[in-house]
Amino acid sequence: MQHPAFEEVTIHHHTADDKAFRKKVIRTTLILSVITVIELGLGLLLYALQLPDDLRRLLIKGVIIILSLAKAFYIVSIFMHLGDEIRNMIMTIVVPLMLFIWFILAFILDGNSYKNLRNKFDQHFKESTSEHPPVDKNKTHEIKPGGKE
Amino acid sequence: MSTQATVHQTKWWSGGKSPFNLEYGKLMMWYFLMSDAFTFGAFLISYGSIRFSQNFWPDPNVVFNAFPGMGHANLPLAFVSVMTFILIISSVTMVLAVHAGHKQDKAGVIKWMFWTIVGGLAFLGCQAWEWHHLITGEHAVLVKDATGGAYIDMVGQTMGGNPWGKLVHDNTAVLNALNDTATSKHTLISLAHEFPTDQAKGLSHEALEKMNNSQLAGMVDTARAHIREKGPIAFGGYFYGITGFHGFHVFSGVIINLVMLIMTQKNVFHNKGHYLMIEKAGLYWHFVDLVWVFVFLCFYLI
Repeated sequence: MQHPAFEEVTIHHHTADDKAFRKKVIRTTLILSVITVIELGLGLLLYALQLPDDLRRLLIKGVIIILSLAKAFYIVSIFMHLGDEIRNMIMTIVVPLMLFIWFILAFILDGNSYKNLRNKFDQHFKESTSEHPPVDKNKTHEIKPGGKE
Repeated sequence: MSTQATVHQTKWWSGGKSPFNLEYGKLMMWYFLMSDAFTFGAFLISYGSIRFSQNFWPDPNVVFNAFPGMGHANLPLAFVSVMTFILIISSVTMVLAVHAGHKQDKAGVIKWMFWTIVGGLAFLGCQAWEWHHLITGEHAVLVKDATGGAYIDMVGQTMGGNPWGKLVHDNTAVLNALNDTATSKHTLISLAHEFPTDQAKGLSHEALEKMNNSQLAGMVDTARAHIREKGPIAFGGYFYGITGFHGFHVFSGVIINLVMLIMTQKNVFHNKGHYLMIEKAGLYWHFVDLVWVFVFLCFYLI
């Protein structure tokens, strides 16, 4: 069917069937809600466990990030109908977004490197901001050896 | 089927057709949203970069634990999950408005656009409450002064100060700070209310008012008192900057949706014969929801 206003555009009613549309919307809403609830559960788990900054903590956070990306996929692909567009058009949106891979890695690693350098060369920074600084001499805090973590 | 697919493929590029089969405005909305994604991405990545450069960062479960009408109850993430669901639901009503537009169903468009606007306003209201609560909240913070001494101050979450630093475990340091002359009477009374010693438990506000500072310092149970150091200052700037920028998007989305609602009411789209503007406004609105997924992730969850 030609578009009434733009004759070079054909309308593709991806949602012509009312019943199928309703099902799709309900399904997507449920998926988004369930993922959000799981995310909240994991966020509260992080709070409840009070893990030290170790691999387990990183793992839970990694799962939360992946779940968020899944939510983003459903919003863009179903709600914004990007999944129903022509492949070439999808690529003009998705390919530039690949820049984020470099963008995130470069800046996060840079921040991390800055922290490591400061901890190595700026003892005051290390002692005043670390979670358990060697506070009082008369307290039974074990003093961690300075330098490497 | 396969031959059909090839014919279909070449037909887009042989002239007389839009190769992406999209009208100009919608395509440009997509490219605008892509650029906006980079703007938000840059903000969030900058925040991540600063956060990775710090040894300590406040736990979001500690910062965001309040709920309207629940007083001081510790309810981590409860309010922000309400905000998240409001945005998800308003995204769904927007999908329904766009669908009604496809069917030239004016009444349906009006109904669903109305609920989308309500959702947007509800979200903005929630954000206003959250900001207000964070800014005006009073949290006891151990502040070190230039001479090496320390006093206790009541601090809210602002651009220039962050009360969510490390918990002070050193009771002697807390006791010394309570007796420091720089610690105000207001601070001492609040602390005596919140963390009273057995002796102070029965005392009225008036009785506390009558005491002098050193007497009041004795009324605070230093072992139970939750007193923190100052946290990283950057937290406030990033939190208010990014959630504010997102809130501004929600606000402009509400305005756009309102304009669309009025135009629908005035039969503008009906007379044009299509409701493509609703689709474009819809794309923007879904994008606002999409950005919230990442703001929610970066500030509240991890």
